Order: sequence, then C-alpha cells, then structure tokens
Amino acid sequence: MKLADGIESYGREAQPRVGFFTDTSVCIGCKACEVACKEWNLVPEDGLVWTGHSFDNTGELSANSWRHVAFIEQQAPDPLKRGNQDFRWLMESDVCKHCTHAGCLDVCPTGAIFRTEFGTVVIQDDVCNGCGYCVTACPFGVITKRELKGDGGTHKCTLCYDRLQDGMEPACAKACPTDSIQFGPLDELVEQARQRCGDLVEQGVSEARLYLADENDGIGGGGAFFLLLDEPEVYGLPPQPVVPTKHLGTIWGAAAAAAGALAVGVAAAFLGGRE
Amino acid sequence: MTATSPTDALSYYGRPIIKETVWQKDIPLYFFTGGLAGAADLLALGAQLSGNRRLRVSALTAASAGVAVSPYFLIKDLGRPLRFLNMLRVFKVTSPMSVGTWIFSAESGTTAVAAACELFGVMPRLRVSAQFFAGLIGPAQATYTGALVAQSVVPAWHEARRELPMLFASSAAASAGGAAAILTPAEHAGPARRLGVIGGAAELATSKLMKKRLGKLVGSVYHEGEAGKYSRLATASTLAGTALMVFAGRRRAGAIAAGALLLTGSLCERFAVYHAGKQSARDPHHTSIPQKERGGLAVTQPSNRTGNGSSPPASTR
Repeated sequence: MKLADGIESYGREAQPRVGFFTDTSVCIGCKACEVACKEWNLVPEDGLVWTGHSFDNTGELSANSWRHVAFIEQQAPDPLKRGNQDFRWLMESDVCKHCTHAGCLDVCPTGAIFRTEFGTVVIQDDVCNGCGYCVTACPFGVITKRELKGDGGTHKCTLCYDRLQDGMEPACAKACPTDSIQFGPLDELVEQARQRCGDLVEQGVSEARLYLADENDGIGGGGAFFLLLDEPEVYGLPPQPVVPTKHLGTIWGAAAAAAGALAVGVAAAFLGGRE
Repeated sequence: MTATSPTDALSYYGRPIIKETVWQKDIPLYFFTGGLAGAADLLALGAQLSGNRRLRVSALTAASAGVAVSPYFLIKDLGRPLRFLNMLRVFKVTSPMSVGTWIFSAESGTTAVAAACELFGVMPRLRVSAQFFAGLIGPAQATYTGALVAQSVVPAWHEARRELPMLFASSAAASAGGAAAILTPAEHAGPARRLGVIGGAAELATSKLMKKRLGKLVGSVYHEGEAGKYSRLATASTLAGTALMVFAGRRRAGAIAAGALLLTGSLCERFAVYHAGKQSARDPHHTSIPQKERGGLAVTQPSNRTGNGSSPPASTR
C-alpha cells in the first residue's frame, strides 16, 4: 500500500502505516465492535430507533456511530454452505476508511483533521469549528456533525489513536470474537487478505472480492479495507469511490476562468455603451 | 451513456451512500450576499476608473451591504461559532473554504475601508487604493463559492464542477448590476444595466448548460422537489429581469423592477444549487450508478442475488 498523504511531514518519527482488514465472510453480526468502540471512545447514544432493516438498528456511520454492522438477508444459495440451502446472511462491520487520499482532510479549513504518524486520519476536537465541509467531502458518508448541546463539532473513528500510541490494537478489533476485524501493519494485512480471498474463490465462493485494497483506486487505497461477498453498494458502499481533490485542478481552473469572464463582463458593461 | 432505471439498481435498503450537507440556509444566503459584494466591488472599480461617481457610490453601497451581512451567515452556520477564527490559522489550496476565508477577509476589509472613507469623506487616496484592491479580489470572491461546492462528493455539485463557478459568477454579476441599477439614477446607471443584462443572460445560459451536462439521472434533481421549485423561480425571475432591464431599464420604475427581479433570480439560483446537492446526496443511485458506468461495470445484479438489502423501497426517491 502507498504511503498516506502527508506522512512525509513526520520524517523519522513516522511509524509503519496500520489499518483494518475487515473480513466479512467470518462476521457473525454480534456488534461487539460497535459496543467496544462506544465504550472506549465515549461515543454518545445515536438514537434508539427500530429501522425494520434486518438486525441493523444502527443504520449508518455517523458522529455517534464509528462502527456500523450492516445486515443483508438474501434469497440466494450460501456458497459458504452454512445451514440454509437458498438463504444467506451478509454481515459487514463498516468503519472510517482512513483513505490514502482523504477528502475530509483535504477540505478541512481549520487544520483540525490531520494525518497521524500511523498514517491514519483523525479530527482534533479542540480545533474543529463545526463548519461541516468534511461531511460533504467523504466518499463514504462516514462523518457527520454531533448535534448535541455543547458540541456541534464533527466526529468519526480515530482508529483508537490513543491506544495506538500505547502500542495497543483498536477497541473494535480487540473485541471482535471471530477476527473478522483484523488490525496490523497495512502491508501485512493486504497480503493476508489476498491470500484469504484467493482461498475463498478456490473454495467456490466466486463472488469474494477485496474492496479498497488496491492502491491505484480513486482514494489511493484504504487504511481500512474489506473482503466482501457481493457488490459494494449492497452493503451501502460506493462502488468506485474517488476523492474530490482528484479534480482540484479542473475546479480551480473553472473558477479562474469564471473570474476572468466576470472581469470581461464588467469591462464590457463600461465599454459597450454610449452613456 | 444513459443510466439503467435506478429502481433496478442495488443499494442498502435505499439508504444514502454519502451524507447530505449539514449546511443550513445561511450558506446559500451567503453565496448570494458574498457574490453580490464581489461583483459590486468590481463594478465600483469600473465606475472609479471611468469617473462615474454616482455609480461608484451605489456599487460600493451594494458591496458594503453584502460584506456586512455575510459574516453573520458564515459564523452562525458553524457548529462552534466562537471558533470561526480557527480558519485563519491555516491556508490550504485543497480547501476552497480555506482559500475563501482569506479571499473574504481581504474583500470585506478593503470594502469596509473604502466605504468608511467614502462615508466620512476622508483620505481619498486610501479610499482609491482600497477600492482598487476590493475590485481586484471581487471576481475571486464571486467565484470561489462555486469551487467550494464543486470540491465535494455530492454528485449534483461535483459533476457540475466545470459550470458552477461560471454560474455563480454570472449570477453575482446579475445581482450586482440589478442592485446598482436600483440605487442609481438612470443617466448614470448605463454600466449597471448592461452588467445586469450580461449577467442575467450568462446565468440563464450556464444554468441550462449545467443541467444538460449533468445528464438524465443526476440532472433530474433540478426538476424535482425544492431544487426544481427554486430552479424554475430562478429561471423565470432572471429571464423577466433581463428582458425588463433591456426594454424598460432607462425608466426609474423599470430599473427598480428589473433590478429586483435579477436579485431574486440570483438568490433563487443559489438555493436551487443548494437543494440540488441535498437531493442528489440523499439518493444512493446518484452516487453508485455514475461510478459503475465510469468503471464500465454492469449496473444491475443477476436476479439470484436480489435480497432484502438489495431492493430499495421506492420511497427513497
């Protein structure tokens, strides 16, 4: 995996890039990751709503849900042959992707969002002014504003920055009973994931695929990546995410051209008349 | 390439993939007031250079009004308003909001100096320099907001990245021309009228081009809901204002009506863009289908893979 954007500023203090490999083929939907994350990071309650969407009452990632387990019930044969003949569960624990090219970090106007020495992306709560620009710049819809009295800032997964600094693995990975969430140096994880995906395909699970493990994709690969058993959008993930900064040149170019056109328009307004 | 019917495509219970903006109505209001100020400052500079004192004062008045109310909208929308100064601790070209913070600071500062000198009739040379700088920054002030919304993952904004700055610039020109035409006696208001007409015509053309280039799927937001409503209002007001300015702009009542229509059109245009972004963020298919098409991937799944999570309820659109 590529070096994360901005990591070079750490010089010799840079640490090996770490991340998550979430293998959805062994997820059992226990939500221990959601609970462990809430407990460790003091993430507030996110509303107690019954969605009617299988076992998923969390719904989505947000300022108040940094792990989200998706549940999909499909009328389809289970290639992993776990019980039912023509029914299968898909479960996936979603999280911030800690992108190599992170849109949220790029647009943050206060510098509150920064790249850590581990290559992860963290919001500094004491700097964030709650402008909300990062919310519109995340290709995965990970970040929202915490609309609670006394807050108003944006929040997301920190990949347990505090635990990393003490040499511990993040709370969700620690709590995962099936090792569906694996934590470690990113390069090692990618290698393991390729092996696992290859094994599954060999066993007849032809739809097994890695998601965000390719450093040449639109976000330069994820610091958190996944093994999925169906199309990404089935899990609520964008199929081919691209960091908006990729088109920054076009955007500023269009702005410069428009500014020039405005100047020409005003000049014409003065030169074009007889009065 | 036209999209397959979105109802056939996959999603997670019809839930959005990206998040809708948390910006409230203050932000499109600022796009309007900030744009008005930027274009009006440039108009004031033109009046300064051509020796049209009456028009210069009108344009400076419009610009001052714009920069005076803008900070209220900008700061009120922050989740932590007291921390607005944190934006002045960095400068990042990857963030049009960061660049814009500096543009707006320079714009409002120079406009305030020029307006104060004018009001109290003091320091004419400082006034001229301030006017000059405000006019120079004006075009950046009027266009960066288009870049700001374009630099996002919102399909209706990002896919319109080539047109949005031009749309905002022309909309700003129409509003500044309209405002100055209202504030200036007809014999001095020629350039203001012409700027209103040029801006109005360019706004109509750019808006049409943008909607066409967005295509059937994402472009549909401008025909539905709030975005559709504001889009129709913007087109009607701008069209009427432009025409009225051409035919009746030399009469006092005509100039006032035409100017008011151009201002309304410009304001509605920003609200149309704002709501278009919200609506397209809400629809998972606006995110997923264009991505799959760009990657040359099939949009629908074989029928043996449709389960509960795969079929979105129709209510999501």
